[in-house]
Amino acid sequence: MTIAAPTPTGTAVFADDRIPPRGVVASTIRFVRRQPVGSIGIVLVALFGFAGLFADFLAPYNPTANDFTAMTEAPSWAHWLGTDQLGRDILSRILFGARTAFVVGLTSALVGGFSGLVLGVGSAYFGGRIDLVLQRLLDILMSFPLIIMALAVVSIFGTGVHNVIAAITIPLIPRCARVVRSSALAIREVPYVDAARALGFSHSRIILAHMVPNVVAPFLIMLTSFVGQAILAEASLSYLGLGVQEPVAAWGLMLQGGAEEYASTAPWIAVFPGLAIMLTVFGINLFGDALRDVLDPKLRER
Amino acid sequence: MRRRRRALTYCCRPCLALGTLAPLLLSQPLAADEMPKRGGTLTYLIPADAPPSFDAHKESTFATVHGFAPFYSQLIRINPDNPASTTDIVCDLCTGMAQTDGGTTWTFTLRQGVKFHDGTPLTAADVAASFNMIAFPPQGVLSPRVASFLMVDKIEATDPQTVVFRLKFPTAAFLPATASPFNWIYEKAILDKDPHWYEKNVMGSGPFKFVGYETGQSVKGERNPDYYDPKLPYLDGFVAIYADKEATRVAAIRSDRAALELRGMPPSGRDELTGALGDQIAVQEGDWDVGSAVTVNHEKKPFDDVRVRRALSLAVDRWGGAPPLSKIAIVQTVGGLVFPGSPLAATKAELEQMAGYWPDIEKSRAEARRLLKEAGAENLSFELLNRNVDQPYKYVGTWLIDQWSKIGLRVTQKMVPTALWFDSMRNGDFSVVVEAPGYGIVNPVIDIQKFLPAALAGENYARYEDKHAVELYEALLHETDPAKQRAAMRAFDIYMLDIQAHAMFVLWWHRIVPYRSYLKGFKIAPTHFINMDLARLWLDK
Repeated sequence: MTIAAPTPTGTAVFADDRIPPRGVVASTIRFVRRQPVGSIGIVLVALFGFAGLFADFLAPYNPTANDFTAMTEAPSWAHWLGTDQLGRDILSRILFGARTAFVVGLTSALVGGFSGLVLGVGSAYFGGRIDLVLQRLLDILMSFPLIIMALAVVSIFGTGVHNVIAAITIPLIPRCARVVRSSALAIREVPYVDAARALGFSHSRIILAHMVPNVVAPFLIMLTSFVGQAILAEASLSYLGLGVQEPVAAWGLMLQGGAEEYASTAPWIAVFPGLAIMLTVFGINLFGDALRDVLDPKLRER
Repeated sequence: MRRRRRALTYCCRPCLALGTLAPLLLSQPLAADEMPKRGGTLTYLIPADAPPSFDAHKESTFATVHGFAPFYSQLIRINPDNPASTTDIVCDLCTGMAQTDGGTTWTFTLRQGVKFHDGTPLTAADVAASFNMIAFPPQGVLSPRVASFLMVDKIEATDPQTVVFRLKFPTAAFLPATASPFNWIYEKAILDKDPHWYEKNVMGSGPFKFVGYETGQSVKGERNPDYYDPKLPYLDGFVAIYADKEATRVAAIRSDRAALELRGMPPSGRDELTGALGDQIAVQEGDWDVGSAVTVNHEKKPFDDVRVRRALSLAVDRWGGAPPLSKIAIVQTVGGLVFPGSPLAATKAELEQMAGYWPDIEKSRAEARRLLKEAGAENLSFELLNRNVDQPYKYVGTWLIDQWSKIGLRVTQKMVPTALWFDSMRNGDFSVVVEAPGYGIVNPVIDIQKFLPAALAGENYARYEDKHAVELYEALLHETDPAKQRAAMRAFDIYMLDIQAHAMFVLWWHRIVPYRSYLKGFKIAPTHFINMDLARLWLDK
């Protein structure tokens, strides 16, 4: 019997007793069986992600091209989801809108999440005045609701995709940092971190090799929820006229203006982009819930 | 025979009587049930986010006029009982006007006993100070209508009740310029102390007194008991609500939270309201002396190149775009710089000779591509600045971007609030902007001043200088023979829209005003700036 090296958590595992790794297919089947609702979420997210990624090939029409011969046409074989008041194909705009939603959602969530991770773990690890100052700064940032903070940022820096990403990213940072810090504070006190310090490991090595891996679970769960929040925030900003601008295809923008004017005579203009937002955020939330169940040891065995 | 004559007489007598009485009956101002009723508060909507300032001398937007005109009087104005007229100019603060010295001296006699809302008597000195601020603004004071008073040499108060305008040359353009609905009369003492005071404060002599303004939300006014006409206003007060979303405004009228919006709605708004409310909604429609135009900043490269400017105009299919756009937006008529229908306006045949109006759009776009290639701007990309107002700015901007994409241009749109839109234009912080030249009064000779070189026209944001354009305009302004004036106007149109492409007109607007039928006294005008003092509106409920 061979004895494996101690793991970061300090418990020794006997190599021969390890459960053999499962294949991808087996793991997927196991996940689907254990998390059927989460699987639906993944499918929804994957569908819209795929649509956004391959919109150039999937969209039947140019999403920005006006066609005055087909204004406010109801769903038909020519236009599966109908057309808007400028004759633009709604299906094509939804497919391209998925790209906008995911670019903004993923970028904001990743940048905001990782910035929050660094700040949260750093704040917990160093403690003292650094922690005190950082936490008060985060308190200030967190005192503003996400959408209010995003509105303020867009008002200062202007509209457009890049500014919208910045506007959504900034309020996500303190939210992530706060949760990550609370997990990291517990990790900081465990003996193996003390041991690493005693061995003279650098701060970056201790943080990256010993602390970060142990806060990954809550971080990933938060990251998924951030994607949904960011997509909703982008749609809200665009709906308010402060996000991406016409003629860019974006779901929130599609709900604005004409969609309101024609809500009673051409409801498809508003219904389909609304459905796209709802299904995507719903899918991301289901996926996030499933991920939490999988990553949380207490819930995993149930 | 006698019987027949008698029968004829009996038969015709009522007809004759009716024929005699008919003009009398029709000339009766109002039927018994149409007699104005006093009282009530009118709530109406202003389709903008907020006014850039309260000062109409400085501003050119309805966002200012619709909210604040009820607090002010004017020297003269378009007859409020006949606002559709473009020539029926009557006194407001004056009691009489006379021209002497071959039309180079205009003397206005003022009403006695008119007071500002703070109780200060309104005198000729206030009128002269207000017009001097508009025509000859001091350093640091913006006045977009300086060019409207090019003909004015001097404005003076010869006694407390008399104002005299001395002109450099006689011109029919003077009276309409003076009657502009932006020429509110301010208090001289306040202007002397701070010429910017009126940007953030209100003090007038109009039918309503200022109660309050909530930034970007609403303006409130109450009846002025000391108004010079004791019969007016009929309303006790008003609340003007800023609502920049079309759907919000339609919903507000539909739910009777507001009686109307004074600017104009697209056909979809009219149809929704009339469909839902039937005869509870009345509608007035008419041509609109406002149009959508594109202004190109000549100081930004490559827009200093006339080939690029012409290409932008050549790419736009105005004839093809106007009919469908008129179904969804408040635009309708293809035209040049002059209000369509005016004797000075270009005919369709004349328009079709100019760049951007050619009937063959493919030929036009081929020429646009050739010009861009020649100018080295084939893959030009730029940002189109636009006002964050749906009707018709967003529709026109989005349509233009589609039109330009057909000659290979990559254009993004930046929609900003009204105040920022004006600031950007005034500071030259844009390349290309969607504008809406709107005029207080239909007067083509004055209207086209907006397009004169920047040194002459404070409102021209294209930032160019061109002596020949000024010469063409001067010839037009001084010409008194109608046929020659028309020829001069055509030359100006062609030079500005085609040869130099200093300006780019897109489509003229069509005004549709649906309103609650209990609102009486509203009369549509060809501009949404005149008749906005609300004095003659009343509520029949």
